[in-house]
Amino acid sequence: MQICIYPIMTYFRGVWCIMEKIIPAKERLIKSSKNRMDGELRGKILVILCAVIMISATISITIFLGTKGLQSFIKNGVSLIEFLTSTHWNPTNQANPEYGALPFIFGSFAVTFLAALIAAPLGIGAAIFMTEIAPSWGRKILQPVVELLVGIPSVVYGFIGLTVLVPFVRAHVGGLGFSLLSGMIVLSVMILPTITSIATDAMGSLPKYLREGSYALGATRWQTIRKVLIPAALPGLLTAVVLGMARAFGEALAVQMVIGNVRNLPSSILDASATLTTIITLNMGHTTYGSVENNTLWSMGLILLVMSFAFILLIRYLSSRRKL
Amino acid sequence: MSAPTLTRQVFDIRDLNLWYGDHHALKNINFPINKKEVTAIIGPSGCGKSTFIKTLNLMINMVPSVKMTGEINFNGQNILGEKMDLVELRKHVGMVFQKGNPFPQSIYDNVAYGPRVHGIKKKKHLDELVIKSLMDVALWEEVKDRLTAPALGLSGGQQQRLCIARALATKPDVLLMDEPTSALDPISTLKIEELILELKEKYTIVIVTHNMQQASRVSNKTAFFLMGELIELDSTSTIFSNPNDSRTEGYITGRFG
Repeated sequence: MQICIYPIMTYFRGVWCIMEKIIPAKERLIKSSKNRMDGELRGKILVILCAVIMISATISITIFLGTKGLQSFIKNGVSLIEFLTSTHWNPTNQANPEYGALPFIFGSFAVTFLAALIAAPLGIGAAIFMTEIAPSWGRKILQPVVELLVGIPSVVYGFIGLTVLVPFVRAHVGGLGFSLLSGMIVLSVMILPTITSIATDAMGSLPKYLREGSYALGATRWQTIRKVLIPAALPGLLTAVVLGMARAFGEALAVQMVIGNVRNLPSSILDASATLTTIITLNMGHTTYGSVENNTLWSMGLILLVMSFAFILLIRYLSSRRKL
Repeated sequence: MSAPTLTRQVFDIRDLNLWYGDHHALKNINFPINKKEVTAIIGPSGCGKSTFIKTLNLMINMVPSVKMTGEINFNGQNILGEKMDLVELRKHVGMVFQKGNPFPQSIYDNVAYGPRVHGIKKKKHLDELVIKSLMDVALWEEVKDRLTAPALGLSGGQQQRLCIARALATKPDVLLMDEPTSALDPISTLKIEELILELKEKYTIVIVTHNMQQASRVSNKTAFFLMGELIELDSTSTIFSNPNDSRTEGYITGRFG
């Protein structure tokens, strides 16, 4: 109370001479800062604590995964070259265990890129529809749809994939049904909302004057979208796709239910396959902690972590190129 | 109306009324615009002058819930009539906005944008148009060595001149300018004004401005808008020396607005 009255009193000093007790400016400044100190400090400590907890969680996970993941190479003597390039995965063979994770690395990348290939045009198209073609009713309908898609748990996606998609692929496309194709379709639906919502933001944040400028030159709506708006929003759109890919790369459950989980390098899109995440979830339970096989699973986890760092770097790079 | 006057007119606006929803923004505007003249539109904020200029290339259609009645005859064709080909209209009626709004592309691509969307593909033809347009706005000397550089790297005044060049590249008959210098410093403003005086040899120019000195410096005709009504339209010298209406006099002498 005192704090806020003092400046007012000083202000009226010339007007009302009654208020005589005037504290010199120097003291007043020191005093007020002291009074506020406690609250300020408490707030500051609180938020710093939050930040520290978050950072230390990230760092400790990284360190833990790093040490665990590298153990198979350092302690168990698994060759890094073999791990990354061999296609033979046979860790349970007592006499001659093989630790080639290439099929899974390939599987992870394959489903990720294929899913992005489907979801990126769909998501960006939907975003353009929402922002450019039908900003009012289009958004009203699509927005809840997108949010709903985000909310469906991945096990449900997997279940639907397993009961609907896998038999469909088996009957109408070929193969077992459990395949890269099924995995990529399930994943593409799962990452669609991510791509759509971020792409919508990217398109929606474009300044109005870009559209006006283009229309005023006699460009049609489609020309405006294609030649001005998409190029201008490109960094944002790419960010959307990369974020979607990051999600696809890390998804385990739904993929595991439809991809077939075999150890071989797939030779076609209809072949069953496996990804890093599916192999980890499948084998984590039945391998003994500290065994070579268990350690190689950690190595796969490390690869996932490294890839997610790579995705983040890519996103950072893309958003730094965003100029508008 | 006699034939000679008709040929001098690019635009002939008759009984134009415009509503934004329930708001009656333009009231019974009758406004002829002559060829190769600069027509300045002045008036206080919210008087409808920007709305009016946006009706001339139907950019107003981008605003939802706009309703118009009356006629806007452009070269004898009522653009409010049956389905107007907006592409063709806007090719002939270029527009420059309040703030320079180049696309985030190269200087060359900005100027070539208009011709490209109108189907010109030949590199040589595009080059000619770009060079000519940039020369027309006196920007060529400043940017000829960096045509592939991003347009957003130019200064504000250069960006605005680039936007004028971009509008000129489609070879319009009419150039609409909506407060083209309100975001510019005095020197850039001066350059744009000099440019307008040069451009009026070839183009019909309609300029909305808040700056009455600017209107008196660059225009042949001046129109005064107030509360959605066209109060007075006359030669610039008459408007500024001997206005008919007391409200015009009040505005230009700074008594209100």
